[in-house]
Amino acid sequence: MENPNIIEVAGLNHWFGSGDVRKQALFDVNLSLPRGSFTVLMGPSGSGKTTVLTLIGCLRAVQDGSVRLLGQELNGADEAALVALRRRLGFIFQAHNLHESLTAVQNVIMGLQVHPGVPEDVAEQAAAHALGLVGLSDRIRYLPANLSGGQKQRVAVARALVGNPAMVLADEPTAALDKDSAGEVVDLLKRMGRARGTTTLLVTHDNRILDRADRILTLEDGRIVKIEDRAPH
Amino acid sequence: MSWLLRRLFGRLPIGWLQLTHNRTRFAAALAGVAFANVLVFVQLGIMNSMGAATLRPYDFFVADVMISASDANALSEGGNVARQWLLQAMADPDVADGTGLFIANVPWDRAARDISLTTFGIDPAKPGFLSPAITGEVNLLQVQDAAILDRLARGLAKDEAAAIRPQSPLSFETQGRTLTAYATFAGGGGFGGDGYMMVSDQTFLSLFPARSSGAPDHILLALRPGADAVQVIARLKTLISDSSLRIRSYADAAQEDLRYQQTRRPTGIIFGFGVLIGVLVGLVIVYQVLSTDVADHLREYATFKAMGYGPRFFLGIVLEEALVLAIMGFLPGLVVGTAILTLMGAITTLPLVMTPSMAITVFLGTIVFSALSGAIATRRLAAADPADLF
Repeated sequence: MENPNIIEVAGLNHWFGSGDVRKQALFDVNLSLPRGSFTVLMGPSGSGKTTVLTLIGCLRAVQDGSVRLLGQELNGADEAALVALRRRLGFIFQAHNLHESLTAVQNVIMGLQVHPGVPEDVAEQAAAHALGLVGLSDRIRYLPANLSGGQKQRVAVARALVGNPAMVLADEPTAALDKDSAGEVVDLLKRMGRARGTTTLLVTHDNRILDRADRILTLEDGRIVKIEDRAPH
Repeated sequence: MSWLLRRLFGRLPIGWLQLTHNRTRFAAALAGVAFANVLVFVQLGIMNSMGAATLRPYDFFVADVMISASDANALSEGGNVARQWLLQAMADPDVADGTGLFIANVPWDRAARDISLTTFGIDPAKPGFLSPAITGEVNLLQVQDAAILDRLARGLAKDEAAAIRPQSPLSFETQGRTLTAYATFAGGGGFGGDGYMMVSDQTFLSLFPARSSGAPDHILLALRPGADAVQVIARLKTLISDSSLRIRSYADAAQEDLRYQQTRRPTGIIFGFGVLIGVLVGLVIVYQVLSTDVADHLREYATFKAMGYGPRFFLGIVLEEALVLAIMGFLPGLVVGTAILTLMGAITTLPLVMTPSMAITVFLGTIVFSALSGAIATRRLAAADPADLF
């Protein structure tokens, strides 16, 4: 029977630095995320949110404790395994991180091209379709420099979702956006994630988007201090 | 181009798109690569011309074996060879004929500028030792103080050279004598003189009274058809009692001269270093362009890393950029390099030409060194840590 949780974290501890300056960032973190859920991870600056995100996103090595992503233990996993797992994830960054030399559709294609064997024309059609879903079908040949902040973030959403990832990890995706654009991006992320059965973990300070979460995890000083389950919207 | 690279790499041509995104910088990068190519072409052209100029006088003669003094590293260098060794060599059954070759430079005071002609004193009765291009005119040298002039010599006007015929000879003074040129041949300026001149051995000895008919600079030998030059040379080395003499095939003598000019003479070493510096300049320019490009896109590369792209993908992008720079920078470099060599060749009369082999060598070298620069530049990619993006 398939595990209902896409991610299971147990007894996770993490340190930065070494010797006298070694500092513990996470303390016995335990959490699990059901498939298809939309979870918000919040907490003050320096509470360890981003560290959790990077550990779950296979971007840092797990030092102590267990992180099981898609049924695979990350503690002790080699680089090749981590890279392979990362291909099954979608990332959305605070600063969109679109490639300035690539058009919107080319940026989205990059989300698909990481999977070998996707024919070029299929990738292009899928990217254009994904941009259509985020309301940018008339901007597919635009370079990022010619898009607004909200439009760039929508391209980033399309790029993260075009490869049908099992999970999307979003770090403050609305931080640089106005209220309307922020709401649009989060709604889009949630709607598209739900339609595709994608689990979303979104790190934010932004209280404006809490009402859209299925679950809210609050992290303080490296510890999960509150788990709030909400009825799916 | 984008379409072509897309077909070639089977992915978005990110390198090309990155390079062309900032057109001014792209143009500057291409200019840098082209400059390095021009530098290499010019240095290589000069070095090759030195080789061609070194070998050119060997083409004026036809011989199988050459006997020279021990210190005769080049055709116009070294001591004399006693004529008696020519007679001794003729004793070998496979030696069909032999002749002495006298060489010295003579000044020619021209109105515009004074020039120096490398003068060969030959026996006009033995035209078989001259190249077919000169043989037809050799009988003219039977006349005392007659000469055949190099019509491509520096300082000799084209129309003036073209007017030289037996019916309208050109007389000029040198070494206190009046020489008369009745015909011309195609030589060209070299590094040791502005051109060449053929005279009879008797005229040569008149020009240089201190020289003796019994001591030419080299002895040329023609072997009988079918004779094995290696065996004949081995026999001559035992037959001729002066073991210090250099007895070698004519072709080997030319190659030894070439090697000497390129590796022992300061000019050859300087031109060789010039090529090396051109290559290094190109390497540094391409490295600088690619390394700056990598540094400028670290955040995007880190994003791609986070998405699951591996090291080969990034190496591919940088090598794609290196390839684009190498190919697109080579073409203007080739055009400018050819123009400069042609201009320099016209001014100096040195054989400064862009040869296909030179162009291909530099093109392949540009690709290899650009790829090497790219490979070095990818080391900066290690700084692209996707965890830093959050």
